[in-house]
Amino acid sequence: MKWLQIALVRLGLRRSGEDARKTVSFGDPAAARGGYFWSFVSVAAVFALWYVATALQWTTPIFLPPPSDVWEQFHATATEGFRGYTLAQHIGVSVYRLLVGFALGCLIGIPIGFSMGLSRVLRGFFDPIVEFMRPIPPLALIPLMIIWAGIDDKPKIILLFLAALWIMVLAARSGVQSIRLSKIHAAYTLGASRTQVLFRVILPNSLPEIFTGMRVAMGVCWGTLVAAELVAADVGIGFMIVVGGKFLETGLVLVGVIVIGVIGAAIDVGMRKLEARLVPWKGMG
Amino acid sequence: MNGLIVKDLGMTYELPNGGSVEALRGVGFELAAGEMLTVLGPSGCGKTTLLNIVAGFLAPTAGKVWFGVDGAKPVTAPSRERGLVPGREPGLVTAPGRERGMVFQQGALFEWMSVADNIAFGPRMRGAGKKEMKDIVEQYLNTVGLAGFGNKAIYELSGGMQQRVALARCLANEPHLILMDEPLGALDALTREKMQSLILKIWNDTGKTIVLITHSVEEALMLGQRLFVMAPRPGRIEREYRLPFASRGLDGNLREIKTDAEYVEKREEILSMIWEMEEEIMGRQERAS
Repeated sequence: MKWLQIALVRLGLRRSGEDARKTVSFGDPAAARGGYFWSFVSVAAVFALWYVATALQWTTPIFLPPPSDVWEQFHATATEGFRGYTLAQHIGVSVYRLLVGFALGCLIGIPIGFSMGLSRVLRGFFDPIVEFMRPIPPLALIPLMIIWAGIDDKPKIILLFLAALWIMVLAARSGVQSIRLSKIHAAYTLGASRTQVLFRVILPNSLPEIFTGMRVAMGVCWGTLVAAELVAADVGIGFMIVVGGKFLETGLVLVGVIVIGVIGAAIDVGMRKLEARLVPWKGMG
Repeated sequence: MNGLIVKDLGMTYELPNGGSVEALRGVGFELAAGEMLTVLGPSGCGKTTLLNIVAGFLAPTAGKVWFGVDGAKPVTAPSRERGLVPGREPGLVTAPGRERGMVFQQGALFEWMSVADNIAFGPRMRGAGKKEMKDIVEQYLNTVGLAGFGNKAIYELSGGMQQRVALARCLANEPHLILMDEPLGALDALTREKMQSLILKIWNDTGKTIVLITHSVEEALMLGQRLFVMAPRPGRIEREYRLPFASRGLDGNLREIKTDAEYVEKREEILSMIWEMEEEIMGRQERAS
């Protein structure tokens, strides 16, 4: 019965250790940790509700097609494709745009954030630009992007780049400024040069906040992606959703939405794993 | 030759509103090589400012600090190694330098490095080889009683062990002067006492010159061959003591010394001195408001 016990603990159905003896659990963070069983329940509940609602014809298929139709739609787009591209190709193009835009945002945003965290001149210089650009939703820039950059991959990538850029600038800046002065002082008394202080102290110290910024930026990029593919696109998950909406092919829209949700969640889980590996000291300083 | 000379230090901060605050006035003393000095005083007496000036983190508005010269005469050629700029006054402290190490209150260790990498930081910065660093790490882990802990992460250690690592990191860089800014301030009483013995032992074994700042009267009395009690507004040295307890603590029981009649008498004297200073500050604040 030991395996059962282990399984129950893993699923969050049974408490172990000191947690099992606590008389006060309301408000204790440990009381809200690891309820994986209930995650299965929630997924199952959503599908069940979806199935029941369509089977009992509470709605019309145009409003909400049954799960089986969506599965068939998924299968069709995956094998036959949609508008000349298979589902995998649509996903590939979207993820390519997403990753290039996001990577550019990190590559340019992090050094700018660092310079703002390290120099009064650069802080003052970049501050108005960042503060002005940050609140502008990327969607508002779509017309400009099309006028300036045309209708191929470029405007979409630039839009995603801008979505990630300001978030990464701010994350890197606050990462730099979160350091304890005594760490910097310690490095100098140990004989470190400015370059050594930058790469061996300031940079690693800011990694936890940069990681948090990357996860936020990744989320915002997904949100921007569909919008970026709204206009003048002929391939991509966002494009698929938009066309599906235009022709009332609700199944197609749902396929796109589910695919985005699953990939987005998978990337976030991956980033969290990477974070736990690369910055295990996060929150322990 | 590794003495510290502090002459007529003054520090006046300009405030954004045009006013000014005098944090230090006329602080001067000489510390011979191998001496252990403890500095005590109520908050706001400028003891941390003094330490930061000696470390080279702050430039004083008056006075100068020399380190590593005999009297005012240079005994060694100026070099970058000593934090000195060629052509300038020999021994004059103007910036942090590796010959003046510092141990901070908790939080100055690098969490992204293992214990061993923290200790090897100084040698690595000057380009030491792998073998040399390994030997240094081994040696100083032993010195602070953490043999076998090299591969641990910093956040896996208790507060007391972290301060041992901080001490080892500083020693591994072989400074001539060690500045300690309330290094035991965040530790519990038992751990604190163990660390006091360790500091005494290291001081005795290595012959380093040490300046230690503390809030604890007992610690200042126990560890200091010399003890300065500082007073606030402006920060200045109020009283100086020469004490026998540090040398006695080396081969004796620390707790035994703490019940010694002379020790108790000095402790009470200093406590009431600081008590009066605090009262005076409170009174001034009340009058001002």
